[in-house]
Amino acid sequence: MTLLAVEQLVAQHGLLQAVRDVSFELEEGERLALVGANGAGKTTLLRTIAGAHAPSAGRIVFDGGDVTGVSAHRRVRAGIALVPEGRRLFTGLTLEENLLLAASAARHGPWNLQSVYEAFPLIATRRKRRAGDLSGGEQQQTAIGRALMTNPRLLLLDEVSLGLAPIAVESVYESLERVISGGATVVLVEQDLGRALSVADCVICMLEGRVVLEGPAKELSRERIVEAYFGLHRGGTAT
Amino acid sequence: MIWLNQVVTGVLLGGYYALLASGLSLMFGVMRIINLAHGDLAILGAFFTFLVADRTGWSPFAALIVVLPAMAGIGWILQRTMFERSLRSGVLVPLLTTFGLAIVIENLLFEKYGADTRSLGPQIGNLAFDSWQITGQIFIGHLSALIFVVAVGVLGVLHLILRRTPVGRALRATAEDADTAELVGVNSRAVYAVAAGISVAIAGLAGVFLAMRSSYDPYSGPLQLIFAFEAVVIGGIGSLWGTLAGGIVLGVAQNIGAQLNPEWQILAGHVVFLAILGARLVLTAIGDRGGLAVVLGREA
Repeated sequence: MTLLAVEQLVAQHGLLQAVRDVSFELEEGERLALVGANGAGKTTLLRTIAGAHAPSAGRIVFDGGDVTGVSAHRRVRAGIALVPEGRRLFTGLTLEENLLLAASAARHGPWNLQSVYEAFPLIATRRKRRAGDLSGGEQQQTAIGRALMTNPRLLLLDEVSLGLAPIAVESVYESLERVISGGATVVLVEQDLGRALSVADCVICMLEGRVVLEGPAKELSRERIVEAYFGLHRGGTAT
Repeated sequence: MIWLNQVVTGVLLGGYYALLASGLSLMFGVMRIINLAHGDLAILGAFFTFLVADRTGWSPFAALIVVLPAMAGIGWILQRTMFERSLRSGVLVPLLTTFGLAIVIENLLFEKYGADTRSLGPQIGNLAFDSWQITGQIFIGHLSALIFVVAVGVLGVLHLILRRTPVGRALRATAEDADTAELVGVNSRAVYAVAAGISVAIAGLAGVFLAMRSSYDPYSGPLQLIFAFEAVVIGGIGSLWGTLAGGIVLGVAQNIGAQLNPEWQILAGHVVFLAILGARLVLTAIGDRGGLAVVLGREA
């Protein structure tokens, strides 16, 4: 069944159109990788789906209901959770307080403090630390744990490897793969194409706010994605 | 000994200033609103208590059972109808909005109650003037002590709410990053309204204490606002216990000033406030240039 439908979505930053007429559908349990260069509109698209950014046109339908005008905290309650770019932890709160804050949205499900600490053993020993004092990798795991604490039906992950040491990226993805192999519905923005393709069932490539390529991850060759990524097909040189 | 007495009385007065300042500090800390109507809301609380006590024949303390929730309600409504809208238009508009609100409150009170100076003192009987004699020249007023204890109690409860409860967590998170708080399921509008409610209720309580220990009229608010500002700035913005320290410094300075010359009471408070503000600016400037040794070395 269709969990998320984005219909002709337009989102702007002032006069700049960051997302232009984007439409796609996501089935329950599907994992979508959103790829594209910097400034292609991926982050704005995720933030608009999560309700942190108001669209100027189009519709977002979640679980059969129109959520376009619904505030972000209500969408969390409906089951949409975003792990924002740059983690955005509450640095003045402890790690555990960051997690507990998200639990106040109180959706029922498998995720609670205990199960998050089991999934991310690295952060379990740091629970009383201020979030601002954690390492980048620990912060990222906390940010993912915080999103999971809301027991989302749709998990939006924005560049979870950004600014992390390679070894930290490895450990974040290890935990993450365990989490999403359980059948979660995920939209993932990731710069590392290889990693994105290995996690996702389907791929959407964005360029200057538009969807330029869309398809199952298995059927798209790396070359075609790279072409779409840089907009090479537009010059008529695409195969 | 008379000096020691002034210091003790100043410390107790500091409790009142801290109470007055904590609401101002909370609203600024959570919503980044500098509420210029804070002093007038305190005076509104005093008039409201007078009205309830007068109509029902209750003591002003009993009237607080009605007044404090009503003041919290007023804060909630102000946030939802005015502050929230003004916040969307940048930093300057909330400042102008609360400035306008201050004028409206002052003039409504003037229109309704006239320019008479009032006091709740007569309605609390002996409490207004009774005191304990500690030694020869040291007296502690019952009311001053009560205000100080209540102020510390309110700050303590506020501290526990902020540190230990889900509401406090939501308040701290929203103060830090309202956008992201929304993304983890916190209703930031509701959190703001709660903060405004707490802030205005505490302001009302402070206003009632002012009315008990001294007098008030419809235009008493702005001076109280200045005292609250001074306590917040001396103690450091965003720290509840710093606010208490700031209030005490201000209270002690005023009382020592008054002992030197009765006309210097308020002036002494302002002077100490400006001195601390100036010292902080100088220290920050020195810190920015790499410390005292570097600054002196450059001049040598």
